[in-house]
Amino acid sequence: MDGDSVKLIGFWASPPVLRVKWALALKGIEYQYVEEDLSNKSDMLLNYNPVYKKVPVLVHQGKPLAESLLILEYIDETWKQNPLLPHSPYERAHARFWSKFVDDKCVPTVIAAFSKGGEEQQKAAEEARENLKMLEVGLEGKRFFGGDKIGFVDIAIGWLPYWIGIVEEIVGMNLIDADSMPKLNSWFHAFLDIPIIKECMPPHDKLLNHTKAFLQVLTSSSSP
Amino acid sequence: MAKKSEVKLLGAWPSPFVLRARIALNIKSVDYEFLEENFQPKSQLLVQSNPVYKKIPVLIHQDKPICESLIIVQYVDDVWSSDGPSILPADPYDRAVARFWATYVDDKLFPAMKSIAGAKGEEERKRLIKEVEEGLALLEDAFNKITTKGNNNYLFFGGDQIGYLDIAFGSLLGWLRVTEISNGVKLFDQVKTPGLVNWAESFSSHGAVKDVMPQTHNLLEFAKTLMTKMAHTN
Repeated sequence: MDGDSVKLIGFWASPPVLRVKWALALKGIEYQYVEEDLSNKSDMLLNYNPVYKKVPVLVHQGKPLAESLLILEYIDETWKQNPLLPHSPYERAHARFWSKFVDDKCVPTVIAAFSKGGEEQQKAAEEARENLKMLEVGLEGKRFFGGDKIGFVDIAIGWLPYWIGIVEEIVGMNLIDADSMPKLNSWFHAFLDIPIIKECMPPHDKLLNHTKAFLQVLTSSSSP
Repeated sequence: MAKKSEVKLLGAWPSPFVLRARIALNIKSVDYEFLEENFQPKSQLLVQSNPVYKKIPVLIHQDKPICESLIIVQYVDDVWSSDGPSILPADPYDRAVARFWATYVDDKLFPAMKSIAGAKGEEERKRLIKEVEEGLALLEDAFNKITTKGNNNYLFFGGDQIGYLDIAFGSLLGWLRVTEISNGVKLFDQVKTPGLVNWAESFSSHGAVKDVMPQTHNLLEFAKTLMTKMAHTN
């Protein structure tokens, strides 16, 4: 139905877009995907997201939404099958907490660990590892953050270990390893094994090359 | 209804984030014990209940901690869903819009406002003030769109009653006034942000807000003390 049409504006290498793809796939929602050229943003994107001018943007029934975690909540509230957020208010609060923790703390420290040099890099790597280790608290004897099945937190943060793995290949530094973060490590492998998750992932080599270029820009802009 | 001992809020009176939790609890008429944290040093309770950030507010409900102000507000709305008006809108799209602007306040508006005091030089100060003004212009626009939806003329972002975005943004009003006074600027005025001017008044005098909102002159005193302390430690 046209009135119910769902459009996702995204970029193939963007983790926030991947979150939304996973959510739509898990709910079995059909949608039109529009690939955006971020070096030459379309009028459509600028109209739909004038505040941040970023992807993802979800357009449902002609109404645009930006910010991936909000889009996830919207998807969960609009399509009730396969709930993403847990049922109890306390667990919902926890799910929101861990998702935000990754964006607010883990991501910046991981980026710093890979883009800084010398002593600063050591410090940043230590901080990044501490933050990642904290995620294991959220796993607490569960297979996934969502319990036996993947849920909100899994799809909100599942991209991060994959991206970290790619950067580890490029930079030759190890952030997540099976010894110091066993729970996180096994969660990550179990998560990536899920067919619906694997299907949406960007191809490894393409992402590797893209990330190399991205890191070059980062390190050149943060050099003294 | 929860017993008073079942609900504790760990906080500090000047914090706009703590204010959010207080307003939410008031809307739902929840009795709670307020535990003032004085940070000298951080209490055992704070460190234990918020080991990740060690920050306030922390809501402790039936001995279980909930952290991060906007997450607390949503938790309160979820738990006491049948007590008092709903804090988040009913419609999923309206909820997403409310969350969008609340996140904008936290990610863009508040950091810009906070940085003004520590600005290095006049140019940076002016740039940050401009950033705050632009943010307020966006919120004025959002306010007009939201409150006039469906030929209505609502008082609040939440409609007839204060809601999620009112709480998220309104909790900053005291500190925005402090910023105006300290910098000799008018961020809100009848010309640039007439909707927000009226909204600010309605919000500040709302039953769930007026008794817990810190007075601007107290915040100013607090800010001065803070600046003096920082100047001495530098």
